[in-house]
Amino acid sequence: MTSKLPASIDETEELLDGQNYVADRALATVLFLSLKMGRPLFLEGEAGVGKTEIAKVLAAALGRPLIRLQCYEGLDVSSALYEWNYAAQMIEIRLREASGDTSKDAMRSDIFSERFLIRRPILQALEGEPGYAPVLLIDELDRTDEAFEAFLLEILSDNQVTIPELGTIRAAEPPIVIITTNRTREIHDALKRRCLYHWVDYPAAERELQIVRRKAPQANAELAAELVAFVQRLRKIDLFKAPGVAETIDWANALTELNAVALDPAHVSDTLGVLLKYHDDIQRMERGESREILAEVKRELARAP
Amino acid sequence: MSAVADPPKVAADPDGKLADNIAYFARALRKAGVKVGPSATLDAIAAVKTAGLTSRDDFYWTLHAVLITRHEDDAVFGEAFRLFWRSRELIEKMIAMFSPKAPPRQSEREKKRAGEDRAAEAMFEGAQDRITKQERPEIEIDASLTVSGNDVLRQKDFAQMSVREIEEAKRAIAALRLPSDWIATRRFRPDPRGDRIDPRAMMRASMRTGGDLVLPKFRSRREIHPPLVVLADISGSMSQYTRVFLHFIHALTEKRRRVHTFLFGTRLTNVTRQMRHKDPDEALADCAGAVKDWSGGTRIGEALASFNLTWSRRVLTQGAVVILITDGLERDSVDELSKQMERLHKSCRRLIWLNPLLRFDGFSARAKGVRAMLPHVDEFRSVHSLEAMSALCDALSGGGGRETDPRWWMNAADRAMAA
Repeated sequence: MTSKLPASIDETEELLDGQNYVADRALATVLFLSLKMGRPLFLEGEAGVGKTEIAKVLAAALGRPLIRLQCYEGLDVSSALYEWNYAAQMIEIRLREASGDTSKDAMRSDIFSERFLIRRPILQALEGEPGYAPVLLIDELDRTDEAFEAFLLEILSDNQVTIPELGTIRAAEPPIVIITTNRTREIHDALKRRCLYHWVDYPAAERELQIVRRKAPQANAELAAELVAFVQRLRKIDLFKAPGVAETIDWANALTELNAVALDPAHVSDTLGVLLKYHDDIQRMERGESREILAEVKRELARAP
Repeated sequence: MSAVADPPKVAADPDGKLADNIAYFARALRKAGVKVGPSATLDAIAAVKTAGLTSRDDFYWTLHAVLITRHEDDAVFGEAFRLFWRSRELIEKMIAMFSPKAPPRQSEREKKRAGEDRAAEAMFEGAQDRITKQERPEIEIDASLTVSGNDVLRQKDFAQMSVREIEEAKRAIAALRLPSDWIATRRFRPDPRGDRIDPRAMMRASMRTGGDLVLPKFRSRREIHPPLVVLADISGSMSQYTRVFLHFIHALTEKRRRVHTFLFGTRLTNVTRQMRHKDPDEALADCAGAVKDWSGGTRIGEALASFNLTWSRRVLTQGAVVILITDGLERDSVDELSKQMERLHKSCRRLIWLNPLLRFDGFSARAKGVRAMLPHVDEFRSVHSLEAMSALCDALSGGGGRETDPRWWMNAADRAMAA
């Protein structure tokens, strides 16, 4: 069952909300525009702020299939677009030889036919039926090289690909494209220009609290408020890697597992590894900074009604 | 901004007015240094029509989605938006025109000014000044020049290089054989002498004979230059060498992609963009302009820390080689330096330290800073002259003898101290 595309920014917000994704207005706006204008959405931001999640949620909410292309160094056409099934082709040639059928034209059109074509994510995405175009997630584009970016340009602007042996394949309905990057490398402006750009930032305290309530419902209210305030404060000091939303949710779950009902220094130091992933950062926290932050958080929450 | 100064049009053709204003806004952004192409302007108009005009906030994010493609431009956009669309309550007017019933005003009312058009224009000029000011914070000048650890902020002109010196440098650098360092990627290229079978090419070629002949085709790994990251010390003791060395970096930047250059004295400056100028003199003059602490003191540890924190994850990907040019005479905490060097070493493929002091025969790795840094480098070389640069080219191309091995220097110093 496919749902219709949202007709306004408010509807987009509701759509995401229905899937337990708490989006801010900026994200809802850019997502709505990208759906409405048929342009790829380019999401950039630190690791663990929910970029990939947007694509998953969107696919689930719209009832579309999600096709994911994980980028890596050396990603090429044969693993992103299509590949011929060489083994099967060879066998076919041998069989024909054995049966004495050597008509060249027939051979040519048969060997390079759809029967021997292995479809990779991008080709699959272009073959969606009208009204049922899939969501194509191109994840961590910064991991691949410039050559692949250039290859994407054709697909993103024309929604078609050319397979030399088969001809041009054009999408009946263009897929909904979502590109994410962690900014370990700058993506070329030519590619960004074809997309709608959005920087996914860490959420504000209020929104993060909502997210924790939705994603870790077992955590009690006091604990959730404290841990969100703690994480928000951590992001303000210059750590090597500030914790993302994913880490906050993990932490909430970890603390719940430990039956914590409120944050205390022992719990914090026991579970710091869930939140911080660099040894330097953890050491710094263990040297007493976490205690100070915790005390401050408690004081602040006590003051607030 | 002639259309802005044309009020009667507002009532006559709201659509046209909106489009005009968006176009002017895009132009203003472009002036403020944001990359906005003409097609982005058209997109912006289309986007606003799609999203409709309901509130100031939505309008903001609609334009933002289309016009901004870099996170760094967020602040500029915010400021520009505020100044451009505030002046005449344009948005509120347009919302009123767009919707059958006027929505409540969301932003605080502002007084209408006399001659508002001119004011808006003037304000926008002012906004640009503010934007540039924001981006380049004012730097305090420390007048005490006596201690070299101080933050001495002087701008040094490359023109101070003597004519003979420049000529010599240019000639030598032009004649230099650039390093041929190649690393294999995971991509392939057709190669008759390759060592891997290329099934795709085989099948395609076999079709020429109708599948009668399936001849083997081969491919091999494609090779590229690894990214190069240069961290150059420009403190008082080092600026002479760095100046000449920058000519070399400029030659490299021209020839290959992905060369990032950072200069540090008491703070770290990214001059990659400046180095991209075609003309070397212009490029180096730009660098000198961008750097505020030329020939000041050094804080190597601090500079490396800020590199590690803000840049390493953005430029050290895909097997980067780091060239660090400094004399290693650190005045601040040596512990911090050692820790930062370790991190830097662990996040790059190869770390080459160029030290001009190495040219002295009696050089021994005894200084505390040098001893802190040496264990974390892969290669230790001299960079005192242009001849040393050709040696560097060889170094990047691979290879290097005993004299570049940091451990040898450490051991030699240990022996010397024991004696």
